Amino acid sequence: MIDFGLSEEQTALQAAARELLTTECPPALVRETAKSADGVPRGLYRRMAEQGWFGLLVPEREGGVGLGILDLALLLEEVGRAAVPGPFLSTQLVVAALVRAGSAAQRRAWLPRLAAGEVFGALAYLEESDRHDPAGVEATARRTRGGWRLTGTKLFALEAPGAHVLLVAARTRAGVSLFLVERTAPGLRVRPQDTVDLTRRLGEVVLDNVEVGREALLGPEGGGSALLARLLDLACVGVAADSLGGAGRVLEMAVGYAQVREQFGRKIGSFQAIKHLLAEMVAEVEPARSLVWYAAYTLDRRPREAPRLAAMAKASLGDIYSRTARRAVEVHGGIGFTWEHDLHLWFKRAHLSEALFGDPRFHRERLATIDGY
Amino acid sequence: MDLSYTPEERAFQQEVRAWLRRNLPRRARGERSAFESGDPRRIARAKQWQRRLYEAGYLALGWPREYGGQGADVVRQTIVDEELARARAPQIIGMMGIRMVGPTLIAHGTEAQRRRYLPRILTAEEIWCQGYSEPGSGSDLASLRTRAELVGDHFVVNGQKIWTSNAHYADWMFCLVRTDPEAPRHRGISYLLIDMKTPGITVRPLVQMTGDAGFNEVFFEDVRVPRENLVGGLNNGWQVANATLFHERNMLGATTRTQQSFAALRRLARAHRRNGRPASADPLVRQRLADLAIRVETMKLEAYRQLTDARRGRLPGISASVNKLVSCELNYDLARAAVELLGSYGWLARSDRRVRDHGLWPLDFMLSLGLIIGGGTAQIQKNIIAERGLGLPREPRLEGGR
Repeated sequence: MIDFGLSEEQTALQAAARELLTTECPPALVRETAKSADGVPRGLYRRMAEQGWFGLLVPEREGGVGLGILDLALLLEEVGRAAVPGPFLSTQLVVAALVRAGSAAQRRAWLPRLAAGEVFGALAYLEESDRHDPAGVEATARRTRGGWRLTGTKLFALEAPGAHVLLVAARTRAGVSLFLVERTAPGLRVRPQDTVDLTRRLGEVVLDNVEVGREALLGPEGGGSALLARLLDLACVGVAADSLGGAGRVLEMAVGYAQVREQFGRKIGSFQAIKHLLAEMVAEVEPARSLVWYAAYTLDRRPREAPRLAAMAKASLGDIYSRTARRAVEVHGGIGFTWEHDLHLWFKRAHLSEALFGDPRFHRERLATIDGY
Repeated sequence: MDLSYTPEERAFQQEVRAWLRRNLPRRARGERSAFESGDPRRIARAKQWQRRLYEAGYLALGWPREYGGQGADVVRQTIVDEELARARAPQIIGMMGIRMVGPTLIAHGTEAQRRRYLPRILTAEEIWCQGYSEPGSGSDLASLRTRAELVGDHFVVNGQKIWTSNAHYADWMFCLVRTDPEAPRHRGISYLLIDMKTPGITVRPLVQMTGDAGFNEVFFEDVRVPRENLVGGLNNGWQVANATLFHERNMLGATTRTQQSFAALRRLARAHRRNGRPASADPLVRQRLADLAIRVETMKLEAYRQLTDARRGRLPGISASVNKLVSCELNYDLARAAVELLGSYGWLARSDRRVRDHGLWPLDFMLSLGLIIGGGTAQIQKNIIAERGLGLPREPRLEGGR
């Protein structure tokens, strides 16, 4: 039966997430977290962990909740609405990699702690070239007697400053491979990169002859490109869901302001110049929800369609979130341009989101190739 | 979330598809509106086609059985819409009757009216046109001035309608008229059914930008309309008309057509060479095609979501306005991309021997602009979204505007 909608459980999950974040993650907390060293709001993350969010994708027999990507996307929409800082999404990427390709030992070693929100993860794949395809991976992993020796510099690693375990893409003789590297490994340094977006952290990861054991290799040697591609599709859908939530939030802020602000003796929301701006925002944001849901659904159920839909969702929501945020600032006028007003938290998150994991131009070109133009 | 049809629905889909394969004449595939062609033989064929669809049980599926429908759920209606579009079946000629008057009569008409009009709407024996817009009343429809005075058992109608699509072929018009000029403007309007053969009616075709005579001016001079042709009570026409607007259009048929247009654009981009290579090799063209692909996909998925919402009994809210805005802009951008991609070839007229794709793209491009205006302009849709959807204050009315 054609049923393009959420189940009761999914609606309840999302409602509970919104409720939790409305009380536990006000803009004041987002601002406060921005001042911390690693960008992790510990108290909030404990509450999120209590709700099982970190183990959402982990099978029940391994201590998780055993839900799917669509469920995760619903949470991420709320995370985006509240502009939740820290390594929630980045940890989910590492969890997904382990669930997908981890050996029994790797799963035992990491999944329980990741699922409990005790440790966080991050994906380090980009380098100075800023290329999102496997050709951008120049870091190397050489075989040693006990395992591997990693050398190279990773850039723009989302939430690396708060992560305990990094999933690093490096090239072996067989090709691109993925390695689980502990933050404390000798020779590994993480330098937080200063970013305009106050709600997120990027990190430079320097690997200076980092020695890791054999068990650090995730998935087959040389099989990293395929696994990485799947993780990036998940990341794209995750950021798209976050963007959907963020766009919805700034739209609400703009509508709220238009209903109270008066100029020329009337509410500015009664002017068509403002109404039409807001209506255009609605006409973009509302249908985008269907795209995000379906993209997440394909990751769960229709893997062959997933790359296409992930590219679509990332490209579309990247544009929509940035445009919606810009329009929201305009509706607010001068106050929207101040540090004091919270809007800039979302405005900046929107624009970094647009660039993360490939910008709309990159994904449209990818889509053109997938569709065989 | 589950995106598959039930076995029964799949069987129904196969049945419709097979029926179309057997019954849809080859030459009718992809045919544009018969009315626009102005060709009486094609109009007759289009009426025949509608009648066959009706007899097969594939027309007005959502109507109750007692009035000639199938009492079918939205999924079945959707399946038929999708299959018709997939088979590139010609547009249903009596759409105005099936989508607008029919549902209005089922909801607000008397039993006698239903018995009189509904069967002939279905068989295309009677074609309907919509008499809403007037020269001074476009977006501000409630200011309409065509007057209908009740004299004995007849209304006497005087005034003028404009942009009346297909009035020159229509047998009947459903019409908004002012029956009480003293009342506040929304409360003095009535909904009348007018026989286009009544003495005193003059139809004057207006030529559209495309060169086709698609719409008309209609003049009324002491036109006598029997009182029993009033629908939904005297001075109640605004409510009746608005209720019809809320009979939300199922978007999936439209979506399938847009998907087909996009497929045609892709074929064109690969076939047409620019700067010594296929247009589809140009990075900017690729960006544009991908952007359109995303919007087409989003429109399709949104249609599925709305279908599900409808079945779960959720009210459509402002989705009809969002759909109209989004789909019209998309169709326009799509045709525009094709015309631009064709460069100098883009604006060759249909009659030129070097024209590409039968000159369909500039025609589609212009028609899609017409649809941004017709049926409630984009600006009016935005007002509806902002006022009804977001609860923003209405535009203050000028003194005397009532």
